[in-house]
Amino acid sequence: MEVESKKDVEVAPAIIAVHPDGSSVAVAVGPDLRVFDLRGGSAVSLVDDPAAEPFHKDNIRAIRFGAEGRLFVSAGDDKTLKIWSPHSWRCISTVSSEKRVTAVAVSNDGGFVCFADKFGVVWVVDLDPPLHDKKPMPLLSHYCSIITSLEFSLDGRFILSADRDFKIRVTSFPNKPLNGAHQIQSFCLGHTEFVSCLAFVQGQEFPDSLLLSGSGDSTVRLWDIISGALLHTCEVANKAGLLESDSKEDNHGHAITDLCTVLDGLLVAVAIQSLQGIVLLRCNVSSQTLSVSQVVSVAGEAFIPTCLGSSPSIGNLWMVTGVSSLPGCNYPSLARVRVISGIDVEQEPVVLGDDNIPGGEKLLETLQGTASVDDNAFLAAAEAVKTAMCNLLIKKQYPAENRESRKKTRNDRKLKG
Amino acid sequence: MSETEVNPAICKSTGLPRKRFYRARAHSNPLSDSHFPVPISPSHVDYSLHYPQLLSGQADSSRKIQFADIGCGFGGLLISLSTMFPETLMIGMELRDKVTEYVKERILSLRKANPGQYQNVSVVRTNSMKYIPNYFEKGQLSKMFFLFPDPHFKEKNHRRRVISPFLLDEYAYALEVGGIIYTITDVEELGDWMKSCLENHPMFEALTEKELEADPVVKLLSSATEEGQKVARNEGQTFQAVFRRIVPSDQTS
Repeated sequence: MEVESKKDVEVAPAIIAVHPDGSSVAVAVGPDLRVFDLRGGSAVSLVDDPAAEPFHKDNIRAIRFGAEGRLFVSAGDDKTLKIWSPHSWRCISTVSSEKRVTAVAVSNDGGFVCFADKFGVVWVVDLDPPLHDKKPMPLLSHYCSIITSLEFSLDGRFILSADRDFKIRVTSFPNKPLNGAHQIQSFCLGHTEFVSCLAFVQGQEFPDSLLLSGSGDSTVRLWDIISGALLHTCEVANKAGLLESDSKEDNHGHAITDLCTVLDGLLVAVAIQSLQGIVLLRCNVSSQTLSVSQVVSVAGEAFIPTCLGSSPSIGNLWMVTGVSSLPGCNYPSLARVRVISGIDVEQEPVVLGDDNIPGGEKLLETLQGTASVDDNAFLAAAEAVKTAMCNLLIKKQYPAENRESRKKTRNDRKLKG
Repeated sequence: MSETEVNPAICKSTGLPRKRFYRARAHSNPLSDSHFPVPISPSHVDYSLHYPQLLSGQADSSRKIQFADIGCGFGGLLISLSTMFPETLMIGMELRDKVTEYVKERILSLRKANPGQYQNVSVVRTNSMKYIPNYFEKGQLSKMFFLFPDPHFKEKNHRRRVISPFLLDEYAYALEVGGIIYTITDVEELGDWMKSCLENHPMFEALTEKELEADPVVKLLSSATEEGQKVARNEGQTFQAVFRRIVPSDQTS
């Protein structure tokens, strides 16, 4: 039993990132990093020092494109951060971390890469010049908390860090970040569980300061990052009708796992741990509220997305579900990619079939590892991802009756005999 | 409770709680995920429970806590400050629950014995290294106290120290510009550490000798707390660092 729960902790969800101009898609599952070139219609082979293979030796926890697609970064449990050029797909810098990496962000000008480690410290790497084995410098810290998401504000003035202790910290990103970021602009406080994801409401008519956050409390909240004020709370799981169907389920069952703005921020796609599909939220700027626009279900298979991605230029929403190695499964890792196209305020979005997916079968083969999928495995995968997330981010509750017996190994108790 | 009922934890002659019923280990692990209620945000804290006489009226709800004693221990400093600044709301934060209980009882019995006094002090049990932003808004505090904190000698445990470069960012957030942070210890190594952390932080500057002399609070650092009195009894040395929150010079906005 002990061993089994330990294994649950170790699994990592499949994650996806889409190039801002829609030219390529990357999926990471377990230690595998897979990239598909949509323009060329072929798999991309990543280039790194041959001695460095495999590129990542443990589960990848974070991938993202940055600086308008001029950089791509990947990092995870192997305490290694790799910075790639999406032009040549050559690794331009490898950075070692002392601890496992949980989140990454790239400054808007591409000058700095920031990453958060398992101890709640955010580190910054200066990319000028982009050498290997650059020494990261500590930027800021959440006191012994796990940082779940890192994000630069749209204007680049702030770096935002969300953690499992329900908080989002907004810190001024200084001119010389290597000396640390000391000025805290605000804290966004209001979530009642871990904060899992952050996204900015983008678009011309929006102020720069509107932030969205998703949480284990199954809400998406809208904030003003300058003041830290909570503008609106949308109980997504409730509004999308998820709560009625299985009200007996524990309240952590509807945790928000990812947020992705589409259509220049007019709509926000939300992935929920219990939903086979996504919820589209609409953000109303003048009233500063969020409302459920519609629920898009993926019919025909058990598909609970673990991560979402999109490029602002193309109205497609990319979704991935999957898990690093799953005990008792034929595949070392599982991944399944689906695309929702035609997301629009007016239109009905379409979940594309495998034959209509951009890149076709070749893309599926590259990103999923196989074109065929075993439906049952994905339900088990979703369950494993859910357990892992709960174990990682939710404070353990010990019943009061066990409390005394848990203290018996304490040194002062031992002496008393 | 009826008058005839005798509570052994309360001293009969003074009405104050007796320390020996609130013994606690001197150290507490700030990294452990202890279970105690944490407010969602500063606006979620009902301070009228802490300061019933001062905050009972609605008109006074705008009054905010200005002094925070981090790791207040048995509350000696708070009690001294309470009469020195009777108009200022102040709070002690302590991680050890038994010690917090003691301070609570102490304040209650002091309020009872001295009607109208000690209404401006209170205490909460929390881990101030994690939850400062849950209690205080930006720039709310004018004084923060860190008196005789746990030295955590081992290098591996330095990250448990309550004064550290990263945590100073959060203290600078909670302090108003011009607010003052007071630290004192009887451990030279820790004194050097706290001083250098503050000196190297762009949002703090040391008070001058003159300012230190003019500040009546500075004298309390070594005399008011139980730890300070213990050091004085043993004729030990103390090391203090008192710094002011400033606007960093490279501020661009």
